[in-house]
Amino acid sequence: MTLDLSLTRDLLTALLPELMLTGWALVLLVVVAWRHRTGGDLRVAGGIALAAFATTAAVVWWLWWNSAAAQGYAPMIAVDDFRFISDWLFLGTGALTVLLSMRYLEREALLAPEYYVLLLFSVLGMMLMGGGSDLMVVFLGLELMSVSVYVLAGINRKSPKAAEAALKYFLLGAFASAFLLYGIALVYGATGTTNLALIGAQVTSLHLEHGTLLLIGLALLLVGFAFKVAAVPFHMWAPDVYDGAPTPVTGFMATAVKAAAFAALFRVLGQAFATTVAWHQIVSALAVATMVGGNLVALAQRSLKRMLAYSSIAHAGYVLVAVAAGNASGSAAFLFYLVAYTLTTLAAFALLAVKGRGGESDVLIDDLSGLATERPWLAFALAVCMLSLLGFPGTAGFMGKWYILVAAAQSAQWWLAALLVLTSVVSAGYYLPVIMVMYMRPAPSAAAHADVRLGRLAGAAVTLAVVGLLFFGIRPNRLLDLSAAGAESLRTPTAAAVAPPGN
Amino acid sequence: MNLLWLVPVLPLAGFVLNGALALAWPKAKPLVTAIGVGSVAAAFVVAVLVVRALAAAHLGAPVVFTYWDWIPVGTLHVPAALQLDQLSAVMLLVVTGVGSLIHVFSVGYMGDDPGYARYFAYLNLFVFFMLTLVLGASFPVMFVGWEGVGLCSYLLIGFWFNERINADAGKKAFIVNRIGDVGFLIAMLLIFQHIGALGFGEVFAKAPTALSGSAATAIALFLFLGCTGKSAQIPLYTWLPDAMQGPTPVSALIHAATMVTAGVYLVARCGVLFAMSPVASAAVAGVGALTALFSATIALKQWDIKRVLAYSTVSQLGYMFLGVGTGATAAGIFHLATHAFFKALLFLGSGSVIYAMHHAYHATHSHDDAQDMRNMGGLRHHLPWTWVLMWIATLAIAGVPPLSGFFSKDEILGAAFARGALVPGWYVFWGMGLAAALLTAFYMTRLMLYTFHGSNRTGDAARAHLHEAPWVMTGPLVALGVLSAVGGIMNLPDLVRGGERLAHWLEPVTRASAALWPEAPVGAATEWTLIAIAVVVALTGIVGALRLLRPEALVPAKVAPPETGLGKLLWKKWYIDEIYDTLIVRPVMWVSRVVLWKVVDEKIVDGAGVNGTAAVSRALGWLGSRLQTGELGFYVVLFVVGVVLVLRAVVR
Repeated sequence: MTLDLSLTRDLLTALLPELMLTGWALVLLVVVAWRHRTGGDLRVAGGIALAAFATTAAVVWWLWWNSAAAQGYAPMIAVDDFRFISDWLFLGTGALTVLLSMRYLEREALLAPEYYVLLLFSVLGMMLMGGGSDLMVVFLGLELMSVSVYVLAGINRKSPKAAEAALKYFLLGAFASAFLLYGIALVYGATGTTNLALIGAQVTSLHLEHGTLLLIGLALLLVGFAFKVAAVPFHMWAPDVYDGAPTPVTGFMATAVKAAAFAALFRVLGQAFATTVAWHQIVSALAVATMVGGNLVALAQRSLKRMLAYSSIAHAGYVLVAVAAGNASGSAAFLFYLVAYTLTTLAAFALLAVKGRGGESDVLIDDLSGLATERPWLAFALAVCMLSLLGFPGTAGFMGKWYILVAAAQSAQWWLAALLVLTSVVSAGYYLPVIMVMYMRPAPSAAAHADVRLGRLAGAAVTLAVVGLLFFGIRPNRLLDLSAAGAESLRTPTAAAVAPPGN
Repeated sequence: MNLLWLVPVLPLAGFVLNGALALAWPKAKPLVTAIGVGSVAAAFVVAVLVVRALAAAHLGAPVVFTYWDWIPVGTLHVPAALQLDQLSAVMLLVVTGVGSLIHVFSVGYMGDDPGYARYFAYLNLFVFFMLTLVLGASFPVMFVGWEGVGLCSYLLIGFWFNERINADAGKKAFIVNRIGDVGFLIAMLLIFQHIGALGFGEVFAKAPTALSGSAATAIALFLFLGCTGKSAQIPLYTWLPDAMQGPTPVSALIHAATMVTAGVYLVARCGVLFAMSPVASAAVAGVGALTALFSATIALKQWDIKRVLAYSTVSQLGYMFLGVGTGATAAGIFHLATHAFFKALLFLGSGSVIYAMHHAYHATHSHDDAQDMRNMGGLRHHLPWTWVLMWIATLAIAGVPPLSGFFSKDEILGAAFARGALVPGWYVFWGMGLAAALLTAFYMTRLMLYTFHGSNRTGDAARAHLHEAPWVMTGPLVALGVLSAVGGIMNLPDLVRGGERLAHWLEPVTRASAALWPEAPVGAATEWTLIAIAVVVALTGIVGALRLLRPEALVPAKVAPPETGLGKLLWKKWYIDEIYDTLIVRPVMWVSRVVLWKVVDEKIVDGAGVNGTAAVSRALGWLGSRLQTGELGFYVVLFVVGVVLVLRAVVR
């Protein structure tokens, strides 16, 4: 299916997933305006959100199945496999988050069905980020996502810690957005366009590879994205915000938000700055700092939630290695890794959510002692998550890391590859103790884990994630093929095909 | 012939089923028996069919069955393939045939053991690996079998692992064999390096052109190092006598009839490589002759009935190596087959004796040693069948015509003598073989004399309980007795118009290597003389033992006086174990414990390496977490520092 995006009909077809999700979000907004008092209302809202994600995913599938592709002049929105695959990732993460939140919200007495509306809007923002082929669309998506997530982080108004987290996130996020926007402005100043493909074409035709204005713009863009993915040293907000936010939201932030920022980063670097080599060095340096910083500080954590927060920083470092590789296998590894990482992290936060009682109580790693004898399946699931985060063979986390290593080796980034392996070894120092206390320590008291129960929906979500982890750890082929196709579509030299704007 | 895969798969299935039974339902002994014995017997039947088909086909080249691509790496492709030719056919029949008989014997011998199912599972697994070894069409496949039989040997030596001595014996066998296996591996890698292939057909076809003399020597010597481990030759023979700690049928099957002959089979299989290297062949023959003589001297003074047989096995294996090292591959394989018959018979016979002794002591609650010959004597009245059958085996191993051992041993000695005309060193090997033959006749007669003749020393109370084993055990003995007696007809020499049938049968396999050996013809007169000498030597040994030894003078082990002089030296096995212990085991243990463990591992690797970096990482992590102040302003400062650094990278 070839779409000519200058025709309204074709443009609407290309935007169908976003339009669909927008429609659902508006419907849900109306519904919760009327019904927002009981647990039943919450469940209805959650059900609608699930339906929204499912139908939107189906529409994305329909576009993918018909091999939709854009044609003609440089559009604002991309129509390619990379967009579809990242859309699935965002929608899937959103759906899993809904499943994990249902019971949590009721348990914590957060009778705010707007939660789901915000979730829908933030996923919409992510889809625009992953699909936008214009810096303005990307920025729009980023802001839509961020504003929704600011509110989600502080949705528990009764908790001062959550309010503090939300405020911090908002202030620093606004600060970072300013850098991003300034970067966009400078890039526009240098090239006269905000369209990614056209920027790429302008850079080549005007020989801007070493132009100061463009490079400063690029650097500021990178800063903005680095903030969103919590790369060291722009990560300082992450531990505090992750710690303060409700656990399902933390899981959502650590996965989907990061994935969206990475997807946008990949698209921007791949399509607009493919010939500008300056960013390789910056991204490599960020990767090094993030891997080392995230892993080392995670070692010092005793709270499970904070440990997972730093762990997610460390993983952003690994993904940055894939970005720095800057080749097709890097992009494929990136998509694969995000799926593996998302499944693992969501499941881990879901398990943490059931253990963490009474809102914001800190769960120390030692509090998991003896979980294996009391709740063998929960302990097993958490153990699989830890092993996958560690990159243990047989889990999807291993395959993901392996592909990143391959990509790094292919582009001769030996130091990055070596550092990735070394810091992974360090990460064993905080992942394995979780398994150790669960399996090798006795429970402090008979009732220590008595009320630790996953609900049916959350249980299904965790089961799905763990099964997926093990499945992709053993048979990664299909998912990798898909990721490679997505990566390939990103690298098609659309820039050469379009004419530079007449300025 | 297409059924060949069934031969190894049947015992494997037996292992799986019996293994499952051993875990789930160990009490189901009839079922275990049916599976354990049935699978090997069925394998034997299939083997007979397959070999008959092979014989009918009159093929000049091996038949290779390729099943799947096992190791595809770059240019190296090792398929999982089995090879049937005349040599593997002989081994096939020996392994499954003798194996079946020993399985039947085990039904009686192990009948009361609580680990019955586990025992048969291991035994079936052993047969599977042994068949893999002899049927493998390439070095790696053979190596799988080679290692697998080693594993089963370990498991079965330490079968009664509750006693430390048994577990230690298993470990010793395993570790000593590892040394040899390294040799095998190095040889395999050298072959790949020089020839670029690992399949037997390709390697042997290319070897004469692709290998230089020194490369062939190196490969052959490393292969032979593997053989000295698996087939218990000097210097790696010490594990075999200790391996007697396992159940006696295991000693018969693994440590006499089949596994220990794997080295002989390997040399025969790689005849081309050895024929290309006079040095390696001389080493094989020399080590074989030396081992034959050396271990025969030790057997003279052992009191444990199984240990005598163990040293006898080492000695007979030496003969086989003398044969294959001389280029007389057929003679070596011939001796391998006849030895399988009479040595299995001797072991099973000793098993029958031990079974009787054990039951007698058990009934009287005595703790005397059921295997010490000083506690036996006069058993012919109690175990008449065993007595007669073991005499047949004794005469066969001593080389008394017309029993099987006479022909095979004579052929090896004849070949060695003939080679002496070309290389005088072989006269020495021949002389050593002859001396070993004398000692063999002597110690075997001694064993029979002390065990079955004279007066009984078991003890008055126990004597009443001595009786012949059940038929399930005696039956296999009779079958092996017949084979030991008439096994020689396989390969009667041309001298008596026998037609050398085994030699002709093996010709397609041995042709390539035989072409590389210079002719060493012997006249008929010389041959008759050699036969006469051999017979005289054998009879001298037997008569000498009968004259010199006085079973009446023996006293039970408990009250026996200590050995002195040369007797003690032989009884202590030339102190070889002690020498190895002092020169190798202790220094290695010392280095591992004091240097590698206490210093390298604990101090350097664990201390500085693992714990040191962990402590540093933790300290850095702690420092990093101090930065996490929670103060927004501070975060913004860090953020701006980051921005400055990033801008610094692009603006120069």
